Amino acid sequence: YSDHCPLTPLKWARQLFLINSFSVRRSARDITNMSQQAANGLPCRGKVLNLDNMNPNVRRVEYAVRGAIVQRALQIDKELKEGVKKPFTEVIKANIGDAHAMGQKPITFLRQVLALCAYPDLLDDNKFPDDSKQRARRILEACGGHSIGAYSSSQGIECIRQDVARYIEKRDDGISSDPDNIYLATGASDAIVTMLKLLVCGKGRDRTGVMISIPQYPLYSAALADLAAVQINYYLDEDKCWSLDIAELKRAVTAARQHCNPRVICIINPGNPTGQVQSRQCIEDVIRFAKEEHLFLMADEVYQDNVYAEGCKFHSFKRVLFEMGPEYSTTVEMASFHSTSKCYMGECGFRGGYMEVINMDPEVKAQLTKLVSVRLCPPVPGQALLDLVVNPPQPDEPSYDKFMKERTAVLAALAEKAGLTEQIFNTVPGITCNPVQGAMYTFPRITLPQKAIDKAKAEGQVPDMFYCMKLLEEEGICLVPGSGFGQREGTFHFRMTILPPTEKLKFVLQKISDFHIRFTQEFS
Amino acid sequence: RSLVPQKVQKNHRKMSALQEMSPNVRNIKQLQYVALIRRASQIKEELRQKVRKPYKEMIDVCWGDPHRAGVKPLTFVRQVLAACLYPQLVDSDTLPVDVRQRARMLLRGCAGGSVGSYTAPAGTSEIVHGISEFITRRDGGAPSYPENIYISPGSQWALQNIINVLVNSEPSSPKTGVLTPLPCYSTTISSMVGLGAVAVPYSLCEERGWELQVEELQRALESAKGVCKPVALYIVNPGNPTGYVQSRKSMQEVIRFASEKRLFLLADEVYQDCVYGDNSEFVSYKRVLAEMGPPLSDTVELASFHSASKGFMGECGLRGGYVELVNMDPAVMKYIYTLFSADSCAPVLGQFALDLLTSPPQPGDPSYPLYRQVRGSDDQFAGCLIVVNSLPGFSCQPVEGGVFAFPRMHLPPAAIHKATEMGMQPDLFYCARLLEEAGVFVIPGCEYGQKEGTYHIRFCIMVQEDIMEELLRRLTSFHTQFMKDFS
Repeated sequence: YSDHCPLTPLKWARQLFLINSFSVRRSARDITNMSQQAANGLPCRGKVLNLDNMNPNVRRVEYAVRGAIVQRALQIDKELKEGVKKPFTEVIKANIGDAHAMGQKPITFLRQVLALCAYPDLLDDNKFPDDSKQRARRILEACGGHSIGAYSSSQGIECIRQDVARYIEKRDDGISSDPDNIYLATGASDAIVTMLKLLVCGKGRDRTGVMISIPQYPLYSAALADLAAVQINYYLDEDKCWSLDIAELKRAVTAARQHCNPRVICIINPGNPTGQVQSRQCIEDVIRFAKEEHLFLMADEVYQDNVYAEGCKFHSFKRVLFEMGPEYSTTVEMASFHSTSKCYMGECGFRGGYMEVINMDPEVKAQLTKLVSVRLCPPVPGQALLDLVVNPPQPDEPSYDKFMKERTAVLAALAEKAGLTEQIFNTVPGITCNPVQGAMYTFPRITLPQKAIDKAKAEGQVPDMFYCMKLLEEEGICLVPGSGFGQREGTFHFRMTILPPTEKLKFVLQKISDFHIRFTQEFS
Repeated sequence: RSLVPQKVQKNHRKMSALQEMSPNVRNIKQLQYVALIRRASQIKEELRQKVRKPYKEMIDVCWGDPHRAGVKPLTFVRQVLAACLYPQLVDSDTLPVDVRQRARMLLRGCAGGSVGSYTAPAGTSEIVHGISEFITRRDGGAPSYPENIYISPGSQWALQNIINVLVNSEPSSPKTGVLTPLPCYSTTISSMVGLGAVAVPYSLCEERGWELQVEELQRALESAKGVCKPVALYIVNPGNPTGYVQSRKSMQEVIRFASEKRLFLLADEVYQDCVYGDNSEFVSYKRVLAEMGPPLSDTVELASFHSASKGFMGECGLRGGYVELVNMDPAVMKYIYTLFSADSCAPVLGQFALDLLTSPPQPGDPSYPLYRQVRGSDDQFAGCLIVVNSLPGFSCQPVEGGVFAFPRMHLPPAAIHKATEMGMQPDLFYCARLLEEAGVFVIPGCEYGQKEGTYHIRFCIMVQEDIMEELLRRLTSFHTQFMKDFS
């Protein structure tokens, strides 16, 4: 969208929507005809790489978190900077789980160590505490040429993998973790995509099917489209606080066996976008299900420190697996994922993360090791950061007090905001909000008047995108429509982050509430 | 496992067995020298345990990794990164003024003023603009558009995204082919195979300094008939492992060829800052294309790759690279955006490294004198080649660019025989011995592809001077002994 575009924002968005569609599937033919040139009547023949011969899988890839609504938000940002008058002075980007972007402060200790690693001359500076220097020295010792600028081994720096293994053992009450089963990655997303790349195979009815929750974090659907895997949806139960129902898993996998070969089940716990924290019983049931149905289990646990609700607790899939005894712990094949982007650190920009693989066939594991080498290595600063996350200041160390204070403050603020969000949204007629048990988002259900649904469809838009676009234009608040994550037919949602500082969050909640009432009236 | 009752073991079949995994991943060639990697790791450990060896330290020159090879990071770069990581440093006067200014500027481009925030998928707008300005300056004014630039975690990642778009993944279609040089560094081949493409090798001409010959491109194209459908031509300039720097004339021929045969041009130019010798000059494919004028300059589709990993910055571990796309179909660009957005963004420190690469300190800046000092000397590389060429049986083409030497070894028949007996490629055998007896870790030519019956080794020459001297000393002494043993 540019200043020279003759289209109104909504019409422009619709063009983009038709190209970057947000509903679940569109046929390849629809998209083929919608190149910008073709839309403007100019032929785009003769390109060596064009819509007709590009990878058809890539044409099916969508990623709502950075989709058309965000592009429109950036455009509005630009207009505001240029002095265009709007009913608001800033665009609040509540679309992406980026804590620092919303003003959350980095943890001092982490940044001190990283600065020392980047510029080791600072090791002589007495402004840095001893424990930070000790960790920096240890990390640098493990780096090629003692520099974070050297490649590391593709699986990640060995002593860091050892530290990660020890962290997992401590977290899981002593259940052993082998550093050789740990793969550091460029964010958890990289590890997730790598596992899927490894596992997806087969042709036609034998094509690998991958079970994923609806709603889901659209990295999964994007990766599955890219790999031409079959996406097998299992619906979370909105009426039961987005809980997972084994009967629903059974339904989904049985139906899927008609047309594909289900081999993988993905769980996000705590959930994104829904925030639900699975009960221990539920995790056991899923593990049993995975064993019965012979499925590889992918446990996305990047929000493991983000648990707020009373009575909710994070149980790692690995721990539950091992506590179920050898019948399961020696047979169920699993990968667990964690990251430095969320929790109390919020260091998205470092692209740090890891996965732990359990019970993988050794020959397949060798293939995995080979595959990760093609990306050379994960960013070393991200590896260093991960090392600090798994190896934080201990009670007898100088940085401990400050570290714990900062960490507690971040998690407490998130918990407060989670409660506030649920409370305020539930006062609005037409918005129903499940408790935000964990993670960083709320995914409330919105009731849209039939007139609005009809208007949206007339404009070629999915109704919740229509709603969110209007909210963006009128209030400068950027959310992601529920259609970007998947939802039951006929229901509508949006995903909002709970990351803005409390006062700003209250402001946002108020604005959305007011907008919703206005919207409902306008289309009544 | 030994504690598990037998009955449980017997009934269980692995779900992720080798037959049930991606064939593309399976088809990626395992590294030939993987045994050397393991042994090198063991030797490092043994040295740490003070096991007696003929050497005190291993010389690891197998990767193009200057820091690993003892080259120090640039002070300016690291000071800026430290200040960005820990902004308290921006306000203190521990660091020079220009460092603090740059850090402030970079942090202003970050959401929430933090390097911990995601950036836009293609990179922060200021840095991307800086890169496009750098490209325009480098290319004598040929315009570069920021919206055509994507920063990625290393150039290989961007290359994979572009190849992913090029590959036709329909099971009923012929496989997609990409013309690749022989020899070629193995990671790129692995990327292509992993994405379901087929590498179609075109041989570089060793006798003529590893020259690229268009007739050979034609032959390669023909060899693909019935095997795959070539859609792209991958060029590495300056070369890896060969060190060849293409002439303008050669590049024009390649561009014409790509245009004629309707091939997408992939120009891997990560070593563009590493050019030596009086007769060589790096000129980018983009520039040559632009200077050829329409219709070629408006129609040949090109992706050029660069990185902060090479050159005198050598910040491999930060993972900062970029791709510039030229003459792409705008409709396809929208999908490229989506692909990059699903990756979130490149690591912010890697993006900063690119900014520092493309906008270094200028004369007059406080950090400029120190920054200027650091460039390696061309004499060092020339000296290295003289020594290598003096070894009996070694012949090395001139290294005009890149960071590697890729000498050919004429191995005595007895050595070849011994290697064959052991089931090893002769050059792998040589490297294994070199590692064990002299503690020098280099990569055998079989890893890159070479003409049948020829053998090579590749090692990084962008190393600390004293390390280079030690390397050459050990190589000379080992080689002399080796030739005696197998005479």
